Amino acid sequence: MDINTLRSLATVFMAIAFFGVCWWAYSPKRKKGFDEAANLPFADEPQVQDSVISSGSNNQSNHKNSHSNSPQAK
Amino acid sequence: MVENTVGSGAPHDYNYTVVRQFTIMTIVWGIVGMGVGVLLAAQLCWPELNDLYQPYTHFGRLRPLHTNAVIFAFGGCALFASSFYVVQRTCQARLFGGPLIAFTFWGWQLVIVAAAITLPMGYTSAKEYAELEWPIDILITFVWVAYGIVFFGTIMKRKTAHIYVANWFFGAFIVTVAILHVVNSMAIPVGWFKSYSIYSGATDAMIQWWYGHNAVGFFLTAGFLGIMYYFVPKQAGRPVYSYQLSIVHFWSLIAIYVWAGSHHLHYSALPDWAQTLGMVMSLILLAPSWGGMINGVMTLSGAWHKLRTDPTLRFLVVSLSFYGMSTFEGPMMSIKTVNALSHNTDWTIGHVHSGALGWVAMISIGAVYHLLPILFNRQRMWSVPLINTHFWLSTAGIVLYIASMWVNGILQGLMWRAFNQDGTLTYSFVESLIASYPGYYVRFAGGAMFLIGMLLMAYNTYRTIYSEKYSEECSEETAMDNNTDEAADASAASTAVA
Repeated sequence: MDINTLRSLATVFMAIAFFGVCWWAYSPKRKKGFDEAANLPFADEPQVQDSVISSGSNNQSNHKNSHSNSPQAK
Repeated sequence: MVENTVGSGAPHDYNYTVVRQFTIMTIVWGIVGMGVGVLLAAQLCWPELNDLYQPYTHFGRLRPLHTNAVIFAFGGCALFASSFYVVQRTCQARLFGGPLIAFTFWGWQLVIVAAAITLPMGYTSAKEYAELEWPIDILITFVWVAYGIVFFGTIMKRKTAHIYVANWFFGAFIVTVAILHVVNSMAIPVGWFKSYSIYSGATDAMIQWWYGHNAVGFFLTAGFLGIMYYFVPKQAGRPVYSYQLSIVHFWSLIAIYVWAGSHHLHYSALPDWAQTLGMVMSLILLAPSWGGMINGVMTLSGAWHKLRTDPTLRFLVVSLSFYGMSTFEGPMMSIKTVNALSHNTDWTIGHVHSGALGWVAMISIGAVYHLLPILFNRQRMWSVPLINTHFWLSTAGIVLYIASMWVNGILQGLMWRAFNQDGTLTYSFVESLIASYPGYYVRFAGGAMFLIGMLLMAYNTYRTIYSEKYSEECSEETAMDNNTDEAADASAASTAVA
C-alpha cells in the first residue's frame, strides 16, 4: 500500500474517532451518569444548614447543590 | 488533630499537609520567579543592571532561571497542590503512596533549588525550558514517577463511580510530561555538569519543540484545565456547564496538541511538510481550546452576579478570557505568513505572557485564594478587599504587558523586513532596539504591578494563617475537647465559604 494512502486513511480514522467520542459523550443513556459525575465536586460535602452558614459570598450555592450530596457507591 | 482531617466535617480523612506545603510554596516561588522576571524587564530598560554581580546576574543566565521558576516552581507547585487536593475531594479517598507523598514535595523543592543554583552558574543543556543538566533531569524523573504513583494510586482507591473530568486532565498532564521529559532529556553526559543531546540537527530541533510546545500544551494547559474544571464550578457553586462537552474537549485537545510543535520552526531546516503540518494542527487546535473556554465561562450562566462580590471568582473567570485570547492569538501566529512577521520579535514574548500571566498565573491565584481558607480552617481570607486590589493590579499589569509587546513586536517585525530600493536594509538592528525602548518601560511597569499583586497575596496569606490563629485555635480546641460534633459544625461552616 502506498504510504500516502495510509496518511489519507489516518485523517479518516481521526474523523471517525472524533465523531465516535461525540456520539459516546452525547448519547442520552449516559446523561444520568454524567450529571452525577458533574456534581462530584460537591458530593463530599455534608448537608449544610442555613443556620450554620454565617458568611461568605456564595453560601447559597452550597445549599442549592446539597441535593446532589449523596456520594455514589463504586 | 485538625491537621489531616479537615474534610469539611464530612467523614473523609484527607491529606491536606502536602497540599498546604505546595500551596504556600506556590506563592513563594511565584514571587521569586516573577521578581526575577521584573529584574530581566528592568535589564532591558537599563542594561547596566546586568552588572549587578557578573557573570551571575547576566540576562542570559537569569532568563532560564526566570522561565524555570515561573513554569516549574510556581506553576508546578500550583499543579501539585491543586491536583492532590482535587483528586482526594473528587475521589473521596485519602492520598495513596505513604512516604512517596512527602518525597514529591521535598524532591520537587530540591529540583527547584538545584535549578536556582546551577542556572546562574551557567550550567545549561541549552534546550529551552529544559535547560537543567542531567543529574537534575534524573531527579525530576524520580519525583515525577512518585507523583504518578500517588495520583493514579489515589484514583484507583476512589470511592466514587466516576473519575471526575479534572482528574482526566491532571492524569494526561502527568503521563505526557513524563514522556516529554524523558525523550527530550536523552543526553550523553561528559561530566557532572555537562551533557550533549543524543539527537542532532533538525531532529534535535524537532524533538526540542515537540517537547517545548507540549510543555505548553500539557504542563501549562491540560494541568491548569484540571484546575479550571474543579475550581470554577466550586467557586461558582454550580456544576460545569456541559460535562459532555468536557469529554469531547479532553479527547480532542490531547489528540491535537501533540502535533503543533513544529510551528516553532517555521522557515527553518525542518522539512516544509512538517512546518505546514504544525501550522494546520495549530489552527485546528483553536476548536478544542475554545470549547474548553466556553465550557468554563458558561458555568457561570445564572451566577454572573457573583462576580460583583467575589474577587476569587473574578480571577478564575478572567483567566479563562485570557486563555481564550491567547489560544486565538497562538493559531494566528502559527500561520507561516504571520509568523514571518512575528518570529523572534517581542510579539512572541507578549503572547507567552498573555498565556502565562493571564491564564496560568490568574487561575492558580484564584485556586490558591479558594484553597487557603479551607486548608487553614478559616472562614475566608484575612482581607477580601485586598484580593480585589490584587485582581485589578494583575489585570491592569497584564494588559500593559501584552499591549506594549504587541506594539514592539509589530514595530520590530516591520523594521526588520523593510528594504530600500537597492535591496539594502532600511534599518539597522540597533535602530529597532532604540525604537523598542518605550515598550520596554511599559512592560516593566506592567510586570512590576503583577509582582506587587503577588506581594499583597503573600501578606494576605500571612495574616490569614497567623493573625486569627490564637483566638480561633483556642476556641476550636475547647470545642473539640468538649464536643466533637460542634467542632465538625464549625469546620463545615468554614468550608461553606469555599
